[in-house]
Amino acid sequence: MRALTRPRLLLLALAGAVALGLVGAQSAFAGAFTPESGGSPNADDIDTLYRIVLYVGLVIFVGVEGALLWALFRFKLKRGGPPALQIRGNTPLEIGWTLGAAVILVVLAVVTFLYLDDITDPSSADPGPRETLAGVAFATIDQPNPPRGRELPIRVNGQQYLWRYDYPGKSGELFSYYEMVVPTDTTVTLKITSQDVVHSWWIPQLGGKADAVPGHTNETWFRISRPGRYGGQCAELCGENHADMRGVVVAKEPADYEAWVRRQKAGIKRSQELLAKSRRNEALR
Amino acid sequence: MTIDAVARPEVVVHGPLRARQSGWLSWLTTTDHKKIGLMYLFTTVVFFIVGGVEALLMRLQLGQAESTLIDGSTYNGLVSLHGTTMIFLFVVPIMAGFGNYLVPLMIGARDMAFPRLNALSFWLLFFGGITFYVSLFFEPPAAGWTSYTPLSDDAYLPSNGVDAWILLIHLTGLSSILGAINFVATIHNMRAKGMSWGRMPLFVWTILIYSFLLIIALPSIAAAVTMLLTDRKFGTSFFDATGGGDPLLWQHLFWFFGHPEVYIMILPAFGIISEVLPVFARKPIFGYKAIAAATVAIAFLGVLVWAHHMFTTPTATVVLVFFMVSSFLIAIPTGIKIFNWIATLWRGNVVFKTPLYFAAGFIGLFVIGGISGVILAVFPVDWQLHDSYFVVAHIHYVLFGGSVFGIFAGLYYWFPKMSGRMPGEGLGKLSFWVMFVGFNLTFLVQHSAGLSGMPRRIYDYQESAGWEGFNLASTIGSFLLGIGVLISIVNFIISVRNGTKAGNDPWRANTLEWFTQSPPPENNFDVVPRVRSVEPMKDIRREVENRTGEPSGSVAQPVA
Repeated sequence: MRALTRPRLLLLALAGAVALGLVGAQSAFAGAFTPESGGSPNADDIDTLYRIVLYVGLVIFVGVEGALLWALFRFKLKRGGPPALQIRGNTPLEIGWTLGAAVILVVLAVVTFLYLDDITDPSSADPGPRETLAGVAFATIDQPNPPRGRELPIRVNGQQYLWRYDYPGKSGELFSYYEMVVPTDTTVTLKITSQDVVHSWWIPQLGGKADAVPGHTNETWFRISRPGRYGGQCAELCGENHADMRGVVVAKEPADYEAWVRRQKAGIKRSQELLAKSRRNEALR
Repeated sequence: MTIDAVARPEVVVHGPLRARQSGWLSWLTTTDHKKIGLMYLFTTVVFFIVGGVEALLMRLQLGQAESTLIDGSTYNGLVSLHGTTMIFLFVVPIMAGFGNYLVPLMIGARDMAFPRLNALSFWLLFFGGITFYVSLFFEPPAAGWTSYTPLSDDAYLPSNGVDAWILLIHLTGLSSILGAINFVATIHNMRAKGMSWGRMPLFVWTILIYSFLLIIALPSIAAAVTMLLTDRKFGTSFFDATGGGDPLLWQHLFWFFGHPEVYIMILPAFGIISEVLPVFARKPIFGYKAIAAATVAIAFLGVLVWAHHMFTTPTATVVLVFFMVSSFLIAIPTGIKIFNWIATLWRGNVVFKTPLYFAAGFIGLFVIGGISGVILAVFPVDWQLHDSYFVVAHIHYVLFGGSVFGIFAGLYYWFPKMSGRMPGEGLGKLSFWVMFVGFNLTFLVQHSAGLSGMPRRIYDYQESAGWEGFNLASTIGSFLLGIGVLISIVNFIISVRNGTKAGNDPWRANTLEWFTQSPPPENNFDVVPRVRSVEPMKDIRREVENRTGEPSGSVAQPVA
């Protein structure tokens, strides 16, 4: 067996550090090495996909950095050492690593395609039957499939420095700012736009970002199974208070959600009546 | 045959052809590519320091949660100044600086093809920078270096800061296009006898491709900022959705320039590494043709990946797939380069001098940026990582760990040629280690901040977000990084006066710039040797050895 030379030790130490880091990552620093997830199946799928790419990347990282350090220290100029090998290339080797890199990328692309539907398609969240638009076939490239099971479509409107959420139904009947309340076990589909500058909707635990662009409608979705609060903030520089443009999604049990809808509607109605009354008084004065 | 029978290849420097000007006027009026190159290097390094101070101010603000040092609009100003300065006033033009100084020397020419145009390029850059920084006296731009519309429209940022930014883009863009045309003309027409395309130094290859990329990419942003200017000043609505325009048009035009720009900033650094490694491994570059071809491939693919900056915009999935795959493809030629560099070190005699430290550091850090780049190219994953600190970490691994470490390798490598004196090795290595540790402390943890949900370009965050640890580490690291850079600058200032005399060829290098004196005379070469391989200096040294029967030592030519 060959003795442990310095580059070997370095390599071992590097591999050990990465292994320790990975083990530590699971316990001590959960979340520091992987994206946020746990709120919605699409966020979980993104997390899994990220891990696959990351692990492939880590293997390449260890291989390339190891080769670099080995080549640097093993072939350090030494008195009386062998002279530098005067070669200019090696065609099979070069074709080999070109193909090797290509194969790895093909694998990553295939893995991405395998996960793509689960991440983008709201109907993947619930295997149940379609309640809305049952039997209608969809064949477009830029429209997601409608979800199966219970669905709640919400229109999201970004404005400096606030999110507004409009619920389905009569216009202005049910809306909220900042806090979006949704029922659990319901696929919430968002249609996102902006009324001023570009914003970006991002609740990390509920999946990826969707830019809110004036004149465009962007789409994303989530489905929460446990009641809870999920926070996030605008991810596209939108002005001086960009850092304070926050949003929260609150998931409630369906019954609690219904109660909130009633309270919110009543509140909106009452404030509109009060407003109308005060305007009338002003006009009469 | 006696030694005297055949002339020994050497530089015979005649006296200057006309009275040599000196003093500040000689710098203002010069058309000498070396003086212009030095002015480029000096000016861009000054902007590097300015941009660095802006970065440190931001890090100071972010070091603790709920800090009140800097308010939102000032912070957005710093974000915009820092990004714009580092890209348009440092990394892109410093590559033109290296190119200016070195391309004529490396190809055996006496100057650039159009010396006066060359001077114009420099002065356009200089005044572009001044025009931009004048905005400090009213209100700096606050829409980031990307100036996304509608935020950059007059309705949201009425101050003239954005206009100063637009003028900067126009002036530096014109400077770069004229410079690029000059490089292309020089490289195509003025190579020494025998220097075929296959014998051209790899750094010259990268400057050639850098020039073509600039010519392809810059018209797009020139058009975009002109449209933005008319939107802001004359009431057009190219980018205003309420007037029938489209904010996404800006993003496409911007990134059609902006992504090639990334390769404009990294390719010459690749070239520097390809020059430094074989010299310090005492071995020919491994796979010369593969590296040159990879440069061309990267440039070609580099204009086909722009929308990977727009994965979160409302865009059809099939388009996202295209840009994911094209971004993947670019990893192949990049990987080829990295493998070739490591193979160049393999079974060499690696001499551990400062330029090698920075070159090796470059490879080590660029690999990390490359891997995080592939992660970001997977567009569903990008939906989580886009516009988060993960992206900030990625861009700095490729742009600082990549380009800037490459620039430092180049500065240390060519300092003896430019100044005639050796840079201090002790301070150089110290600077490398402080920069290396500081850099990784600053940016490695930013991956984690981004993965934990921290968006970029926020001036403040709440303690409950749990990002304070990452940010404190990053702030400490950034000051370490600043100290590391400062050590090198001090080192250069000391060495310019007190360094040991370098001689013509202190590193036993391969390319023609080492054939002439350090610093080179105004006309570069009196006699340009015929080039017989990709390493003309090796041939010359061997020739001298054969004829004199003794080792040529470290310098092939007599110091005149």
